[in-house]
Amino acid sequence: MTDPLDELKRAMDSATPMPDPARRAANLARAQKIFERAQGSAAAPRPTHDRPAGWAGWKTGVGRMFAALAARPVLAATTGLAAVGLIALVPLIREGGLPLLPPEVPLSGTMVAQDGISIGPAGDEVAEIAAAPAAVEPPSAPVTAVGSPIDLAENESLVAVPRVRSLRSSTAELEVEHALRSESIAEAEPIGQDGMGRPGSETFANADPQPLRIAAEEPVSTFAIDVDTASYAFIRSTLMHGFLPSPEAVRIEEMINYFPYGYAEPEASGSPFRPTVTVMETPWNRDTQLIHIALQGRSPAVEKRPPLNLVFLVDTSGSMDDPAKLPLLVQSFRLMLGQLRPQDQIAIVAYAGSAGLVLDATPADDRTAILAALDRLHADGSTAGAQGLRLAYQTAERMAAEGEVTRVVLATDGDFNVGIADPDALEEFIARKRQSGIYLSVLGFGRGNLDDATMQALAQNGNGHAAYIDTLSEARKVLVDQLTGALFPIANDVKIQVEFNPAAVAEYRLIGYETRALAREDFNNDKVDAGEIGAGHSVTALYEVTPVGSPAVLSDPLRYAESREAMQGLDGELAYLRLRYKEPGEAESRLTEFPIALGMGAANADTRFAAAIAGFGQILRGGRYLGTWSYPDAIALAEANTGDDRFGYRREAVTMMRLAEGLAD
Amino acid sequence: MCTAEGDRELALAAASGDRAAFAVLLARHYDRLFGLCFRLTGRRETAEDLTQDICLALPAKLKHFRGEAKLTTWLYRVAVNAALDRRRRAATRAKSAEGWGRWESNRRAAIEDSAANLRWLRRAMTALPEPLRDTAALVLGEELSHAEAALVLGVSEGTVSWRLSEIRKRLRAMRQEELSS
Repeated sequence: MTDPLDELKRAMDSATPMPDPARRAANLARAQKIFERAQGSAAAPRPTHDRPAGWAGWKTGVGRMFAALAARPVLAATTGLAAVGLIALVPLIREGGLPLLPPEVPLSGTMVAQDGISIGPAGDEVAEIAAAPAAVEPPSAPVTAVGSPIDLAENESLVAVPRVRSLRSSTAELEVEHALRSESIAEAEPIGQDGMGRPGSETFANADPQPLRIAAEEPVSTFAIDVDTASYAFIRSTLMHGFLPSPEAVRIEEMINYFPYGYAEPEASGSPFRPTVTVMETPWNRDTQLIHIALQGRSPAVEKRPPLNLVFLVDTSGSMDDPAKLPLLVQSFRLMLGQLRPQDQIAIVAYAGSAGLVLDATPADDRTAILAALDRLHADGSTAGAQGLRLAYQTAERMAAEGEVTRVVLATDGDFNVGIADPDALEEFIARKRQSGIYLSVLGFGRGNLDDATMQALAQNGNGHAAYIDTLSEARKVLVDQLTGALFPIANDVKIQVEFNPAAVAEYRLIGYETRALAREDFNNDKVDAGEIGAGHSVTALYEVTPVGSPAVLSDPLRYAESREAMQGLDGELAYLRLRYKEPGEAESRLTEFPIALGMGAANADTRFAAAIAGFGQILRGGRYLGTWSYPDAIALAEANTGDDRFGYRREAVTMMRLAEGLAD
Repeated sequence: MCTAEGDRELALAAASGDRAAFAVLLARHYDRLFGLCFRLTGRRETAEDLTQDICLALPAKLKHFRGEAKLTTWLYRVAVNAALDRRRRAATRAKSAEGWGRWESNRRAAIEDSAANLRWLRRAMTALPEPLRDTAALVLGEELSHAEAALVLGVSEGTVSWRLSEIRKRLRAMRQEELSS
């Protein structure tokens, strides 16, 4: 008998492929760029505007440099290059009076944390998903205003093409849905196409950063809330490709609103959302204050929901073998698991060459067993969908009980090999099962052979919904918000108006929301459309305000302005917040209003993390109001405030910041 | 020229800012690095990504290279830690096991005659717990000595030897099972 180790070695040797030459070249080039940048930036984090003009500084610097060099074991041939790299050290010697650090001292300012091996995020699951089409290579040119066609093709879902989500499919709505659907696709396509080759088109809807406003001149700020998060996803995928996003691609409010926060929930009765205001010190400026306005939408009443029995019918055929398919699916299920309660039950059936019960009915709180079962799913073989469907329904029937909701969730890329004689028979089968109280939802994954019609037909007959999932955030929306809760708007046309007290606030600035600005008079005009808050959603807005008398005031007072003493009576009142919203189905808006005082609320991990993201977004947009506050500060602030971060979103953001830091010039 | 010696000089030069040295060094070791990444992850795409991560991090990491260890040993350590880091992220837990399956189906068409061999490899590697898999990748794949592998993995030499005998034991058991079924 041969040594099994030899066998393993032989197998390993014969199996190991050669690296992809294109990626090899790209990786080498990028590493080289980072290396060179690290040489320049290591000792001189702000080289450009601090550069001394005079020759004297340069000369002394070089003198000391060569002294330092002589002591180093540098290959003779490379001395010239090393000297070139060290020129960047000159400014510090003169300007900052900092000691010249010997080159071997580890310096910050590179993309990777110096401790341990915490490498950038390109390996992240999300990265692979964002980069779905298999042959992803970094775009050959930096992403500028719009990005290369390759970029858009990969990120189209993040940019301009609205996808059809969760077509609910009760028969009555069916026709309307279909009409809407084809319409939105018809509209979407040209936008996507258009945006591809034409820099500066509206692919990135954005406006100039919100300017600083003087409270005495323009005391009222009005905007509509925004719960989109697409900008964050776009920034993430751009950074993953090794490029800084163009400033136009950065919409700070969408970055902030991407993250879940633990804001206080509204009370059971009353307003559908609850505003929480926190006034805290601005991380990037000690002399200004940050007003953090959070709106938390009422969560769907999960505890009142009947117990759920979910049978996941997972297509593990060979065609699911793609980062945007099976791995994304497994990830999506993980996300959903956190939303289930102990009374809920889960079973998993896999179908490929043969159908098999991967996990028998298991209480949702037995996460270990469920996660282990998810880990066992491998893409392999051809599809025998009908067999799987039968098994799934059998399992579901065993789980079903009075007063519970039982649902089969079919996850497939649509390459659905219909084994029950013909499609009509399959539909009939599902329709029959529906009468027994078992619903069917269909989740589509990946592009290419997604058989949308079959999916729709199945879901319709199963009294469920069909949804298309291409990213993890989409998965979260569909699986977490819709399947376990119910996605329904709880407040429409939500507008925020803040009136600043010129006696207390000299200047203010809304961070982000450039595309959401409203005219002051539109606040009270119910005909003017604004954003919606869905169940469980939260929305965050940040104002940076400069108190009167603060050294941070940028504008000089007007010589002929009237005296503000009349308003001094409102002690400590910084501003007055007004919120308008409509209850769903109502045409008339309701008003909530209250004053914002200095020191209101208490800063916590949520507010500080939001501030860190706001800072990060501003850096990406040019950081005009940030002074010397930069990536390391944003990273430190975000890292210290990740909170419990159940799904790792915040840690991912820290990784993004590190990556951006490494890519920034 | 002894490669190890050349490596050391190049690495030290790169650590002190020599661009050309860095370029030569990385080009020289890229394929080897990729090979190890593949053996650690079992999946070509993951290996490409992991190699990329490492490449991009190397300029910063290299500053800590003092020439005390052989460059390859040091590099392997960076790679193994990067792989660990990757696995540690909850998001990728499913990957390394799943990867072998994925990779197998990709390869199937290309290498018909060694299909059985590859299937066996996939099964074997998937069956091994991660520490054993990493050890196998280093000792069998990269042909490191037990002492070198111990250095890379941050365990004692005895542990590496024990792990190898454990791997052998498990592979034998697997074969027994195959024969009996």
